[in-house]
Amino acid sequence: MNAPTVADLAAKGETPDVLFWVGCAGSFDDRAKRVTVAFVKILNAVGIKFAVLGTEEACTGDPARRAGNEFLFQMQAMNNIQVLNGYNIKKIVTACPHCFNTIKNEYPDLGGNYEVIHHATFLQQLINNGKIKLKEGGAFKGKKITYHDSCYLGRANNIYEAPREVLQALDADLVEMKRCRTTGLCCGAGGAQMFKEPEKGKKDINVERAEEALGTGATTIAVACPFCMTMMTDGVKNKEKEAEVKVKDLAELIAESL
Amino acid sequence: MALLQQIIFIATLVAAGFFIRKRVLRIRDNIFLGKKKSIHDRRNERLKNMLLMAFGQKKMFKRPLPAILHFFIYTGFLVINLEVLEFIIDGIFGTHRILAPYLGGVYPIAMNVFEFLALAVLTACVIFLIRRNILKIPRFWSAEMTSWPRLDANLILTTEIVLMCAIFTMNASDQILQTRNPEHYISTGTLFLSSHIISILQPLSTSTLEFLERFCWWFHIVGILGFTIYVTYSKHLHIFMAFLNTYYAKLEAKGHINNMPVVTNEVKTMLGLAPAAAPVEPGRFGAKDVIDLSWNNLMAAYSCTECGRCTSECPANLTGKKLSPRKIMMDTRDRLEEIGRSLDKKGKGANDGKFLLGDYISKEEINACTSCNACVEACPVMINPLEIILELRRYVAMEESGSPASWNSMFQNIETSFAPWKFSPADRFNWSKQE
Repeated sequence: MNAPTVADLAAKGETPDVLFWVGCAGSFDDRAKRVTVAFVKILNAVGIKFAVLGTEEACTGDPARRAGNEFLFQMQAMNNIQVLNGYNIKKIVTACPHCFNTIKNEYPDLGGNYEVIHHATFLQQLINNGKIKLKEGGAFKGKKITYHDSCYLGRANNIYEAPREVLQALDADLVEMKRCRTTGLCCGAGGAQMFKEPEKGKKDINVERAEEALGTGATTIAVACPFCMTMMTDGVKNKEKEAEVKVKDLAELIAESL
Repeated sequence: MALLQQIIFIATLVAAGFFIRKRVLRIRDNIFLGKKKSIHDRRNERLKNMLLMAFGQKKMFKRPLPAILHFFIYTGFLVINLEVLEFIIDGIFGTHRILAPYLGGVYPIAMNVFEFLALAVLTACVIFLIRRNILKIPRFWSAEMTSWPRLDANLILTTEIVLMCAIFTMNASDQILQTRNPEHYISTGTLFLSSHIISILQPLSTSTLEFLERFCWWFHIVGILGFTIYVTYSKHLHIFMAFLNTYYAKLEAKGHINNMPVVTNEVKTMLGLAPAAAPVEPGRFGAKDVIDLSWNNLMAAYSCTECGRCTSECPANLTGKKLSPRKIMMDTRDRLEEIGRSLDKKGKGANDGKFLLGDYISKEEINACTSCNACVEACPVMINPLEIILELRRYVAMEESGSPASWNSMFQNIETSFAPWKFSPADRFNWSKQE
């Protein structure tokens, strides 16, 4: 897999046009790793000069900050900023909305200023300017796809249309859930919930959301976040629909249609 | 007799002014018990938010039916209160409808407009009472809507209905008296709505009608003054605070969490990025009580009218968890009022051994938040319950080390492996070896 590190490029005296920030889920979670691979496949296919940090990458600190541990967040953030600034990084793309939000909105307070773009927007731009050419009559043509809004893309950063435009490029039949865009229901993983059991309640949030997604009759649930991926996949399994309905990231859908 | 009425009126006005002023100062002092925070930037954007959200009620229209009904009451409040100006002049100088001769033909038009708005207000209030008490819309009956919040809402709606009825009765009596004593009762022309109840009042004697007209006049003006005092103790305070709150609302992307500069200084020193600064007493990290929150968070609590749109969109609440963003705001205000009452009595204030966290809001509630911003998005007056939840979490994590065990493990993983899961940092790039 061709994924050069920034250090590799630096050794040749080069800098990447864009840094792909993989994120912890994209690096360690088996399901999310497939998204990382799919996205790298796209980056290579369109011939963009990119690089990753490899083992120099570390958690942005998002879950620590949201769980209240500001010290740990700032330690992570400042270390990351030192690495990024050390390599003179200007532009960052990431497939994780949490990393995206933190680097874009919170690192500037600590001296990290970059152009940060989420892969949904990045893919949309590549499609719009013709760099990504999808094959005619692709696998998703006419298939029902529903898009689950990630809170950290949607409400947190007002990105609602880019992921939908990507899906429309697949010629798919995009069906919306009742709670979508500004009123999209959370998958239940944000705010560091990914890393603990939910509080006592009458239902798990991801099951509630999976039911709504399944209710659209879609055969594919598109997500743009590794945490949403985990939660929605588990929700679909809970409803024993994993054979009929697949949860896929935008990058995977595009990579499969190249 | 007329002079006595004038004296009583002026005394009532002064007394009401005194109580209102006292309450306004108390609320202001309460708000400024919060931490200092300078919010003077981006004035145009702030003004725009105020105009769109508070004045224009943009977010209300996400739910069209209550939005239209609410708009009736809101417009009625703004416009009908112009008439209060005349009430006050008449009350002080012992005159009757002093503006009528000056406004000429405009006066009857204005009165008719007021009456139509009064009918719209009355209708909206009746429908709102039905929605709350008969249809029992769920967001008005969730756990934090205990007897006082429900009574508060019903009192407000009932008061508004009664005040509107007083206007109609007063105007109808006045129109009859115009025919019996035209010298004192200046003609207002036929008022389209109230003229319909003339036939009911017509059999009454002139003196009874004079009494009825005066009674309604007094009832209306004293009612409004009393209501204004009541509002300062009630959720209804949003009629003023909404404007301030939308102006001072957060302008950054909703995903942004406020930085803690105190921590930044320490972390920079630890990393050797800055020389050790003279140790400053950092105060409390995060918030245990309302006084640890920023003043704008406290102002937001006074802006909340407990409509429950936040809670009805909260994923945690929807799935049966204890967290309710509306309760976070109500608790913040209740605790602040408790401190204020104590300070009024020269009591212990915030040092009464009670805290927002623990005595009002539990860890179970704040731990359930997914930080999804649904509550923030839903609030028509741009209140941000998430900021308060995060400040409470900061206190728990940094002062108490009292976060849930799995969060503490996650913290440890980040510290040692630079990832929230326990993987070796050396394996971070293994994904590239696939295929």
